[in-house]
Amino acid sequence: MSSTGQGVVVTGMGATTPLGGDVATTWDGLLAGRSAASKIEQDWVDTFELPVKIASQLAVEPGEILKRVEARRLDRSEQTAIIAAREAWQHADLGDYPATEDGSPKVDALRLAVIVGTGIGGALTLLGQDDILEQQGLRKVAVLTIPMLMPNGPAAHVGLEFGAAAGVHAPVSACASGAEAIAWGWRMLMANEVDVVVAGGTEACIHPITLAGFSQARTMALRNDEPERASRPFDTGRNGFVLGEGAGMVVLEREEFAAARGATVHGRLAGIGTSADAYHITAPDPEGTGQSRAVANALRTAGLEPADVGHVNCHATATNVGDVAETVAVKKAIGDHPVLTAPKGSLGHLLGAAGAVEAIATILSVREGLIPPTANLEELDPDVTLDVVAGEARKTSLDAAISDSFGFGGHNVCLAFTPA
Amino acid sequence: MATNEEILPDLASIVEEVAGVDAAEVTAEKSFVDDLDIDSLSMVEIAVQAEDKFGVKIPDDELAKLTTVQDAVDYISNHS
Repeated sequence: MSSTGQGVVVTGMGATTPLGGDVATTWDGLLAGRSAASKIEQDWVDTFELPVKIASQLAVEPGEILKRVEARRLDRSEQTAIIAAREAWQHADLGDYPATEDGSPKVDALRLAVIVGTGIGGALTLLGQDDILEQQGLRKVAVLTIPMLMPNGPAAHVGLEFGAAAGVHAPVSACASGAEAIAWGWRMLMANEVDVVVAGGTEACIHPITLAGFSQARTMALRNDEPERASRPFDTGRNGFVLGEGAGMVVLEREEFAAARGATVHGRLAGIGTSADAYHITAPDPEGTGQSRAVANALRTAGLEPADVGHVNCHATATNVGDVAETVAVKKAIGDHPVLTAPKGSLGHLLGAAGAVEAIATILSVREGLIPPTANLEELDPDVTLDVVAGEARKTSLDAAISDSFGFGGHNVCLAFTPA
Repeated sequence: MATNEEILPDLASIVEEVAGVDAAEVTAEKSFVDDLDIDSLSMVEIAVQAEDKFGVKIPDDELAKLTTVQDAVDYISNHS
């Protein structure tokens, strides 16, 4: 785990989430244990008699940030990706963009990649344009319908923004997509294919059909009268997740490259682990076998021992089976000592963005020595026999922390972070 | 039949809405592609909005011939 100069470092972070329009406000919301869930003020909630009437909606509307012409050419999930990516790039102080092939000013376009995952893609465009086709006819269908609905659209737009010519990729692994993007960034950097990767996840699909579909799968929190108390990971009163929207992006660099340009390092992506459950399309393996393999793989690639890991930023979505299965996996791979938190109590479930936003929270926990509380955790499920932070943030020095992400389909991703 | 003076400001505001070009930049002699940097997909969007605004039909083969803003103004003027 000591620095060999060959590792991967984090030099920039950006986010737009239900807690805030940037990383700083999102982090403040997490530390305060504030829940961002609120009532959905749309006629369709009643029209379709949806059992779920709440969601974690963006704190800052993208239309307030982007130029009007930008906004109308981008799906909402592309808008959030661009906003978070710009913040991360600025934070990394990579200079003017787009990058060019002669490396001006700070990174060569041929050594720059973008990897942005999404769980669903441009669902709002797909569904909205289908309504237009049916109700108003072909002529009214937007010319940019396809680039706005394709799941690689956010990655492609962020790639164009910065001029990334080494590669633009869009991993799709449901709720693990954002974390998987970061994992693929680590792989590209460790293989010395590139010097800089902008990686993360995005999602914006709060729509009657997603709420209906997740409701039919019996995965959603139904506490409509108390939205801010609805998302309760690890709590005995939990009954599912609150659907959220947003994006998170990090700038990852080869350590040598970051050092040579004098970049400020906020943490190290020491290792990554991925696995597949090979068990069920939606249900997690209750034994946590696949998940624990992802964690073990992350520790192995990071050169960490289980004892080094002081903190787990959990995937915990507040479903009955999932939360407990994750703690089983943590115990299997690491032991009883790590301190847990579950950011979805505050953020809701950002699906394809979740892993990226939560990776940022984990980086900040390591950097600041501060673990945010799990919002709404009032009575710990007796089947959870680990230390979960509740009430207020906990101060603690961390040598290493991991962020878990799991997705429908049995995708498991674990990211291991260590201090700068 | 609408006059050039009536068409140009409305067309310019459509171009601004679709492509983000300042309406003041959309003057008669400008080329959509070479001067205003408008791509072919945006031209289709501009045509769709112009059809609604001015009550004309702009088939794709006619759209392809509209090189300058004046070409578009003339076409709209002659077909509305």
